[in-house]
Amino acid sequence: MKQAGGMSEVGRSLPKIDALGLVRGTPAYTDDLAPREALCVVAVRSPHAHARILSIDATAALALPGVLAVFTWKDVPRVAVTRAGQGHPEPSPRDRFILDEYVRHVGDEAAIVAAETEEQAREAVRAVRVEYEVLAPVLDFETSLDNPVVLHPEPEIHENFPIGFEPRRNVASAYSMHVGDVDAVVAGAEVVLRRRYYTQAQQHVALEPHCACTWLDVHGRLNVMSSTQTPWHVRRIMARALEREVKEIRVVKPRIGGGFGGKQMLHGELYCALATLRTGRPAKMVYTRREVFEATNTRHPMRLDVTLGADRDGTLRAIDLEVLSDTGAYGEHALTVFMVAGAKTLPLYNKVEAVRFGGRTVYTNRVPGGAYRGYGAIQGNFALESALDELADELGLDPVALREKNMIAEGETSPIFAIMGEGTEGVEMIIESCKLPECIRRGKELIGWDAKGPRREVAPGVFRGLGMALAMQGSGIPTIDMAAATLKLNDFGSFNLLIGATDLGTGSDTILAQIAAETLGVATGDIIVYASDTDRTPFDTGAYASSTTYVSGHAVQTAALKMRQEILVEGARSLGCEPALATFDGNEVRGPDGAITLRDLSAKLLYNEHQKQLMTTGSHLCEKSPPPYMAAFAEVEVDAATGEVTLVDYVAVVDCGQAINPNLALVQVEGGLAQGIGMALWEEVVYGPQGHLRTRDLMSYKIPGREDIPSIRAELVESHEPSGPYGAKSVGEIGIDTPPAAIANAVAAAVGARVRELPVTPEKVLNGMGAPRGQNR
Amino acid sequence: MNISLELNGRRADWDVEPGEALLDALRRHGVLSVKRGCDTASCGTCTVLLDGMPVPSCAVPAPRADGRAVTTVEGLPGEAARLGACLAAEGADQCGFCAPGLVVAVVAMSRELADPDEAAINHYLAGNLCRCGGYVSQTRAIRRYLQEAR
Repeated sequence: MKQAGGMSEVGRSLPKIDALGLVRGTPAYTDDLAPREALCVVAVRSPHAHARILSIDATAALALPGVLAVFTWKDVPRVAVTRAGQGHPEPSPRDRFILDEYVRHVGDEAAIVAAETEEQAREAVRAVRVEYEVLAPVLDFETSLDNPVVLHPEPEIHENFPIGFEPRRNVASAYSMHVGDVDAVVAGAEVVLRRRYYTQAQQHVALEPHCACTWLDVHGRLNVMSSTQTPWHVRRIMARALEREVKEIRVVKPRIGGGFGGKQMLHGELYCALATLRTGRPAKMVYTRREVFEATNTRHPMRLDVTLGADRDGTLRAIDLEVLSDTGAYGEHALTVFMVAGAKTLPLYNKVEAVRFGGRTVYTNRVPGGAYRGYGAIQGNFALESALDELADELGLDPVALREKNMIAEGETSPIFAIMGEGTEGVEMIIESCKLPECIRRGKELIGWDAKGPRREVAPGVFRGLGMALAMQGSGIPTIDMAAATLKLNDFGSFNLLIGATDLGTGSDTILAQIAAETLGVATGDIIVYASDTDRTPFDTGAYASSTTYVSGHAVQTAALKMRQEILVEGARSLGCEPALATFDGNEVRGPDGAITLRDLSAKLLYNEHQKQLMTTGSHLCEKSPPPYMAAFAEVEVDAATGEVTLVDYVAVVDCGQAINPNLALVQVEGGLAQGIGMALWEEVVYGPQGHLRTRDLMSYKIPGREDIPSIRAELVESHEPSGPYGAKSVGEIGIDTPPAAIANAVAAAVGARVRELPVTPEKVLNGMGAPRGQNR
Repeated sequence: MNISLELNGRRADWDVEPGEALLDALRRHGVLSVKRGCDTASCGTCTVLLDGMPVPSCAVPAPRADGRAVTTVEGLPGEAARLGACLAAEGADQCGFCAPGLVVAVVAMSRELADPDEAAINHYLAGNLCRCGGYVSQTRAIRRYLQEAR
């Protein structure tokens, strides 16, 4: 069936190709597929936030039944690595080892045990005697810079290229940039607003806990199956850490139970490898939920200082954003998350005369920061979109009108695109698709912005307020993200699509099959997808930075265009005509004097005539990163007596370019919104005074349940990005960005409480209310 | 200790540890649809029917299943296919890790509640968390499934 624009497979809400298998419970995830005889690997974890290991006595543990090995820092190569699954060389500092003499957060690995069963391994963990010299921890990131307590004194750690790494000062990275003279423009502005905001640590809570398994194959190569977003980065970093060649390792990603950035770091892979390489046996490591909280990563907490300079008519003239980011014990994604806080927010308001961004990420003895959907943009968005609302309030302007006056538009650019990449310089970019005006118009209509007004009393002491925020993200990392795809024609007309791309559950395998099918003119059902295997599929940097549709999709399209051409040539040869005189419609190759079906041609090519395998590869380097855009509107109800906030309605209208699969795109937005709503209202990783986690299970850490999420309404606007495959941009991250600011803005409209520190709890709302105020807009 | 249960309509005789969770016993015996998400009976991914009642199998000691009927999604292939098709039609199935537990809970709900509205659905299924999809499309799919089942 042809869709609008003449497309038959792209633009259709086809079911995910793995849908029925997963809902039936078919074994598909790492722990389902790990060999039954795999050893169980469990870590001995530090009970201290900061300590030096004086000795480890594993004698008693090794004497227990079923225990095969105990590893300490003395048993592993002394090679500094980062566990951040990023390009080569990584923009994160190489500041950790497989195991180290120091432990730097509660839950940090002190030793590793491998045993026949999980019970035996846990028993052995309890029997390992570790003597610690407890050190003073740095728990407050605002006191970390130049603190006498230095987290990383070890000499081997280093940066791969200049990222402002100063470990003696507890600085993991630093950066600054400016366009124009911000101080002078601010000094000349009619209105100046200076505000400080804080964002908290958030946990990904993918429902599948982190999991990896390893085994040696018949060739003696180390095979790794991992719940990872980045198989190639895992392989490369494992090779370095284990002092092996990359070619000695194969990494496979099976189905994975959610990622959200939480699986863009290495976790159990290296520990399983230790066990397998020592014993020759398969090994697996399945994190408990507590371990996920204590020993993986969180969103980087940030302090964001915003200065806005504007004229009374609402012309925004200068933005200054100064950030202090807390990367916890290790600098995973430290520089890049912090840079994105500016790079993927500030270009929204590109008409300013001057803009400045800078700051640092510092170490603390907390769970390391890491990649998490939004990746800095949500932190920056909360600060910038809150500050704009405060400015609108001060100027007496409608917050929407203020944004409309200053926001970026199609055909425009921002100098920031060229200046700020992710860890490196960016690339110049003219915005070719930006439907923010349509997003805003439709969002206002859906929420009833003009009809309802900013604030209503709906019952005595109960107020409803409306708030909004805009957002942008990116589509891949220019000049770094690279993806490849191979198509193989099978006898009787089906195709194998081999892709390095990594479906985290988003449906990317499905939409990449749709792109291949559209290009070839065949049905999506004729495309057999095999993905994410470093031995058997082509390369892909991985599923992060909203890259898969835009970058991997492009590679698939290129491979399919080449395949079309080969089919045409072979079909013409079979028909005895010039290729220039032949056409291929997906079903048959037609020449002036006849036609041959793809089914027959493919069988002939393998069995009968001019036998050869048709196989094409496309690869694509991301050259620009067109932002998806979004306008979001929140309606909240606030009880002025208790400060309790109820989210009544949330409307999100998104420009993601052409949606390859509209249903799957919308669910990306809806799922992102739910996580953003969680961050806005409930989710917070909380520590006790000695650095012990208070939130280490799903009873103490609140993620939204289905009764907490109102009928969020997401819509896509019509848009076409000329540089994207079939006009697509990205949609994986943008959904998460707006809820913190939009909800905080709605609360301020409802009751005048301006909460500048997430999450927006009843206590903060009550404290913020103070004297009732007259106007909010 | 030895227990005897009816697993998806067939008798199973298992040797289990006294402190072993039903979840672990199921997975150890190859019933891999049942997933471990949290260890604290908070997420619903390990939901099974115990004598027809939905329970988090991580919080049920395996010996408690002795003499009782345990149903997992492997025992509900028709329901799984029909609800799965509704989820897929809405794009509501994402990573799939929560799906088998959700199917089991929805089947229990459809047997227990005659014509649940959206609030009743959200209340009944409150213990089945999803981190990918934001629930709204999932709710649409569940309503569609209930309608088709009627």
